[in-house]
Amino acid sequence: MNIVVCVKQVPDTATERKLRSDDKTLDRDAADGVINELCEYAVEEALRLKEAHGGEVTVLTMGPGKATDTIRKALAMGADKAVHLVDDALHGSDALGTSYALAQTLKKIGFDLVVLGSESTDARTGVLAAMLAERLGVPQLTFSNKVEVSGETITAQRVTDYGYDRVEASLPAVVSVVEKINEPRYPSFKGIMAAKKKPVTTFGIADAEIDASQVGLANSWSEVVDFAAAPPRAAGTIVKDEGDGGVKTADFLASKKFV
Amino acid sequence: MSEILVLVEHVEGQVKKVTLELLTLARKLGAPSAVWAGPGYTAEAQARLAEHGAEKVYVADSADIADHVVAPKAELLAQLATEKSAAAVLVAATAEAKEIAARLAIKLDAGILTDVVGIQDGMVAEHSIFGGGVNVRARVTKGLPIIAVRPNSTPVEAAAGAGAEERVSVAVSDAAKAVRVVERVKEEKGARPELTEAAIVVSGGRGVGSAENFSIIEKLADSLGAAVGASRAATDAGWYPHQFQVGQTGKTVSPQLYIAAGISGAIQHRAGMQTAKTIVAINKDPEAPIFELADFGVVGDLHQVVPQLTEEIAKRK
Ligand SMILES: Cc1cc2nc3c(=O)[nH]c(=O)nc-3n(C[C@H](O)[C@H](O)[C@H](O)COP(=O)(O)OP(=O)(O)OC[C@H]3O[C@@H](n4cnc5c(N)ncnc54)[C@H](O)[C@@H]3O)c2cc1C
Ligand SMILES: Cc1cc2nc3c(=O)[nH]c(=O)nc-3n(C[C@H](O)[C@H](O)[C@H](O)COP(=O)(O)OP(=O)(O)OC[C@H]3O[C@@H](n4cnc5c(N)ncnc54)[C@H](O)[C@@H]3O)c2cc1C
Repeated sequence: MNIVVCVKQVPDTATERKLRSDDKTLDRDAADGVINELCEYAVEEALRLKEAHGGEVTVLTMGPGKATDTIRKALAMGADKAVHLVDDALHGSDALGTSYALAQTLKKIGFDLVVLGSESTDARTGVLAAMLAERLGVPQLTFSNKVEVSGETITAQRVTDYGYDRVEASLPAVVSVVEKINEPRYPSFKGIMAAKKKPVTTFGIADAEIDASQVGLANSWSEVVDFAAAPPRAAGTIVKDEGDGGVKTADFLASKKFV
Repeated sequence: MSEILVLVEHVEGQVKKVTLELLTLARKLGAPSAVWAGPGYTAEAQARLAEHGAEKVYVADSADIADHVVAPKAELLAQLATEKSAAAVLVAATAEAKEIAARLAIKLDAGILTDVVGIQDGMVAEHSIFGGGVNVRARVTKGLPIIAVRPNSTPVEAAAGAGAEERVSVAVSDAAKAVRVVERVKEEKGARPELTEAAIVVSGGRGVGSAENFSIIEKLADSLGAAVGASRAATDAGWYPHQFQVGQTGKTVSPQLYIAAGISGAIQHRAGMQTAKTIVAINKDPEAPIFELADFGVVGDLHQVVPQLTEEIAKRK
């Protein structure tokens, strides 16, 4: 099975994240870039499917030059090779532009299964997998906490408000995963060394036959008008429980008219 | 006035509160048309939508829509948006509705704004990003705006609309039927308000200690008419079902009051609750990061504090 796992580099959530004052896009230089947490689960699931069914796992990342760190992390976990889509023309692409660029690249490199995280920690739109399925004309099995492949059939458990739906489709397909699906492995020392020698192909927009008028900040379908730091929360009252913590909390709730 | 399509969220024939919020917002932008997709439509539902300003109610309840996820609903909305020359489409910012909106955006070649907390004149959308740290205003520049609005961000106001029912038939494509729902598994759910819709949420974390002990969280929630939430540590441990997880990869909640008991306040948890209006924390560790957010905090053992609070609330009723 030819599995492509889409991996995004995001600013570390442990550091302060910012937008750029010049073009109002995410400031990717202000914070350390790390692999999006849910993408680790996507890589893990891709590796497990490969281990069960054979084939190859290709990492696909669209992002600036420094996203190579994230690619190496996925390769160190065990992916076989990577495609890095990197081009200044892609900077500032919104979800429609990003999904178009990734779909073009996927058509170019081919796939039986595409695996994504269900959401990124920076933009948190949660729409990429559905957009890729729509653009590629293949089934979407998204928000999955379990995925199984048997021959040409793929089944998944789609997490819902009331529990889950068991859904079924035929390959090729797009899958997105939630964090309950597995426990991502840590790269071993051997894995980290091996990753350095694994092939990473760099694609520019021409290589993926991406139409420049469909990507980038100026061609996006949406724009940021302005932004501002939210006013900080006023410091709260913290009390130590002296046997009356519940009563004091009730007093506070009463002062706010909750009781 | 141009039509604003509002995708109705419903469970077992009941219209969810977020839909009334969307209708309230839509009235400022044009003439709201509610779109009912799937089973369960009743005259009562129609009346409820009309009371909140729906001028029209489009109903598409064929089996094709119920038996397949996401894609048929996107086809329905695309058909209606085109036929009615709609000026915008509003959906709730839930996982499924965002995916419907995503596919719709591609079909209509139109921009999408997700997790919006308000809409100003000129269809300028307000977002709260990075866990509530930054406020952004954004707008769609190509095609009609497709906007996913976070539940609990707009107060509901009733205002009568005509609520004229119109049956819609969609020829769902084979491609949209490619994913079949084989089984819907319903995990038990009590009579409490739904997590994303609730005005008050009481959440428990690892500090609760066991599945049995979650009953003290539930008792507090019930004394306040609140929903129960949980941190990932609690859902991973199997103490509470995963659909009640609050956070980055769980539900995003924006209630009037959020009470966190035995939750440390990891960034992934904060991402799901930071925009709550009032936050109360109960934790035995005075250094727990949750206290940085709290309007009121108690440093103490939740097994003492929470039952006392529940008792105290009962006394004051
Ligand atoms: C704060 C903020 C808010 C934004 N809001 C909007 C908005 O409302 N509307 C809009 O159209 N755009 C928006 N954008 C732009 C959006 O971030 C990009 O289009 C982004 O590439 C895709 O969105 P996402 O990260 O939310 O994807 P999600 O759908 O949340 O990500 C899911 C998965 O998609 C895959 N993936 C995502 N991006 C890449 C990539 N570059 N390379 C490889 N795989 C990838 C990963 O597997 C990831 O786990 C916003 C950006 C920011 C920073
Ligand atoms: C990809 C990914 C996604 C994630 N998504 C989410 C998410 O959606 N939601 C989420 O919540 N987390 C999420 N997490 C996990 C997150 O990082 C934290 O691990 C989690 O929130 C911790 O839960 P907790 O606060 O209950 O537990 P802990 O961090 O262990 O905190 C327990 C707290 O309880 C206190 N305590 C213990 N006993 C008592 C007592 N008797 N009385 C009072 N206080 C007590 C302790 O002092 C401590 O502060 C995610 C992580 C990853 C990697």
